[in-house]
Amino acid sequence: MKTFYWLVKREFWEHKGGFFWAPVVTGIVFLVLNAMAIVLGETFGRRSTWAGFKYNGDMHFQQNMSPGDLHNAGAALDIMLYAIAGIVLCVTAIVVFFYCLGALYDDRRDRSILFWKSLPLSDTSTVLSKVASAILLAPAIAMVVGVIVGLALSILIAIVATLHGVAIWSLLVESHPIRVVFNLILLIPLYAVWALPTIGWLLLCSAWARSKPFLWAIALPVGTGVIVSWFGLMGMAGLSSSWYWKNVVGRLLGSLLPGGWVSNASPLVVPNHDDPAGLLDSLDLAYHYSALASPSLWIGAAVGIAMIAGAIWFRRWRDDS
Amino acid sequence: MTAVVTATGLTKRYKSSLALDGATFQIGAGRIVGLIGPNGAGKTTALKAILGLTTFDGQLNVLGLDPRKDRNKLMEQVCFIADVAVLPRWMKVGDAVDFVANTHPRFDRSKCDAFLARTKLQPGQKVKQLSKGMIVQLHLALVMSIDARLLVLDEPTLGLDILYRKHFYQSLLEDYFDEEKTILVTTHQVEEIEHILTDLMFIRDGKIVLDTDMDSLGERFAEVLVGAEQAAAARQLKPLDERQVFGKSIFLFDNVSRPQLEELGEVRRPSIGDLFVATMKGTYA
Repeated sequence: MKTFYWLVKREFWEHKGGFFWAPVVTGIVFLVLNAMAIVLGETFGRRSTWAGFKYNGDMHFQQNMSPGDLHNAGAALDIMLYAIAGIVLCVTAIVVFFYCLGALYDDRRDRSILFWKSLPLSDTSTVLSKVASAILLAPAIAMVVGVIVGLALSILIAIVATLHGVAIWSLLVESHPIRVVFNLILLIPLYAVWALPTIGWLLLCSAWARSKPFLWAIALPVGTGVIVSWFGLMGMAGLSSSWYWKNVVGRLLGSLLPGGWVSNASPLVVPNHDDPAGLLDSLDLAYHYSALASPSLWIGAAVGIAMIAGAIWFRRWRDDS
Repeated sequence: MTAVVTATGLTKRYKSSLALDGATFQIGAGRIVGLIGPNGAGKTTALKAILGLTTFDGQLNVLGLDPRKDRNKLMEQVCFIADVAVLPRWMKVGDAVDFVANTHPRFDRSKCDAFLARTKLQPGQKVKQLSKGMIVQLHLALVMSIDARLLVLDEPTLGLDILYRKHFYQSLLEDYFDEEKTILVTTHQVEEIEHILTDLMFIRDGKIVLDTDMDSLGERFAEVLVGAEQAAAARQLKPLDERQVFGKSIFLFDNVSRPQLEELGEVRRPSIGDLFVATMKGTYA
C-alpha cells in the first residue's frame, strides 16, 4: 500500500504540470475572461444606453425575494459551480488522454524504464498506479479547482454588485459549495467506471506501440469505423454503423468526456424549465447513477479492465529498450 | 563456492538472429565478473535474461529464483545500472532518493545521504540539469545504498570522462564490494576494469568462449617478446596471435609450458585487451 502511494506520488511529480497546473491555469484564464467581460460591461454601461449594466440604485431586490426565489438563486449558483467544474474537468480529460498515451511509452522511449525496472516494483502495481492517477487523482484535483474557481467568480460578481450598491452577499450564502464538491466527489467512481474503456485502450496502445502510440490509438478505431461505415457491415449484422461509431469508437476514445454516461442514464424529468432548483434536484446523484443500469457501461468497463490487463502484460514483456 | 547465477543452455532468438546460443556459465558469490564481447555478441541479452527483462529458452537460476517468474522478488536482491542515461529526466535528486527509500526494502537512507554529501548534487536539482557524470554519481549513490547480493552493470561508464570513470570503480571497490556481494559488469573499456576483476568471461556469437578466473588466466596465457631469429621456432608452438613491435614479434600462447616459452624471450602476462583481440579475430569479417 505504501509502495502504491509512492507510485501515485511519482505520477503526480512527473505530471504536476498537467494534473495540477493545467486546471489551475484554466481556472485563472476563466476568471480573467469573466473579469474582462465585467469591465467591458461596465464601460458600455457608462457610455451608452443600449447595452451594458444599468442599475437605478433602487435595487434592493433580495428584500422582495420570497424564500422560494432565494432557493432558486442558490440553485442557480450551484449550477454555475457544477458548470465551471465541468469546464475544468474537460481540460483535465484532455490532459489525461495524452497522459495515458504516454504513461507506458515515454519511459520506454527515453529508456528510464530500465531504472524503474531495477526497483522491486511489480508491473501490475505500476500500471494500476497510472490508472488510479488517471481516473481518480486527476478528476479529483480538477473538481476541487473547479469549485474554488466557481466560488471566486461568485465573490467577484458579488463585489461588482456591491460597488453598484446591490448587496447580493446574502444570495451567496444560499449556494452550497460543500454539497457541490461532495456530489462531484461522489460522481468520481461513476466517471472512473465509465472512463475505463478509454483508459484501457490508451494504456494498451501506450504499452504495446513500438512508436507513435497516438497514431495507433486513433487510427485503429477510426480506421475500422470507416471500414464498417463503408461496407455497411453492421447492417448485415442487424446493426447500423452509427451504433459502431457510438459504442465502439466513441467509447474507446471519448469516454473521458465528463458526463458521457447521461445518454445511458434514465430519461431526464425536468418539471419546469424556469425552475433551477427543480432542474438541479432532477440531476441528482440517483439520476447519474441510473446509468449503472445500462449494459454499455458494464461491457465497456469489462473491456477496459481486460485492456488494462493487456497493458500490464505488455509492460512486463515488451523488450525493446 | 555458492553460485549466484547458474545458466545452462541459455538461448534467445530474435526474429532474424540468435542473440544467445546455448550459453552456459556460473557466477560465484563474492566475485567481480567481467562479461566482455564485441558489439552484438549477446552481452546485453544475457544481462536482460538474468534481470528477467526478456524471455529465453534454457535454464537460468539467479539467487535461487527464476527471473521470468519471480522478477519482483528477485529485484529486492539484485540491482542494476543499465547505463548513465536512464534516470528519468524530470526527477529531482531529492525525489529520487525519497522514492527509492520508500519503495525499496533494503535501502539505507543514511548511507545514500553520506554518498551524496561527497558530491556536488543538490536535492532540488533535476536530473536533466545534471551532467552525465553527475547522473552516474546519483545512480551509484542510490545503488550502493541498497544492500543487494548481485549488482549488474551494463556499460556503466559509457561516455564519461576519465575522472568519473576512475571514481566510479574506485567507489564500488572501496565502499560497496565485499565477500557477500557479487558484481557482473560489461564494458568495452576493458583496461579500466582489468585490475578489479576476479573472473573473466568472453562471449562471442551468443556463446561463452572463455570463462576463467584471473589467477588461472595468468598461468594459462602468456605473451612472449621474441626476436626475429627465434620467430620461426615460436610459430611452431601454435601461438594464438602474433604482432610486430619495433622489429620484434609478440606472440600470445595458450597453455604452453613456462620454461619452453622462457627460452624464446621475455614472458609477460597478456593484457585482457590483447587477449580479447586475439580471441575475437574475424568477428566482423
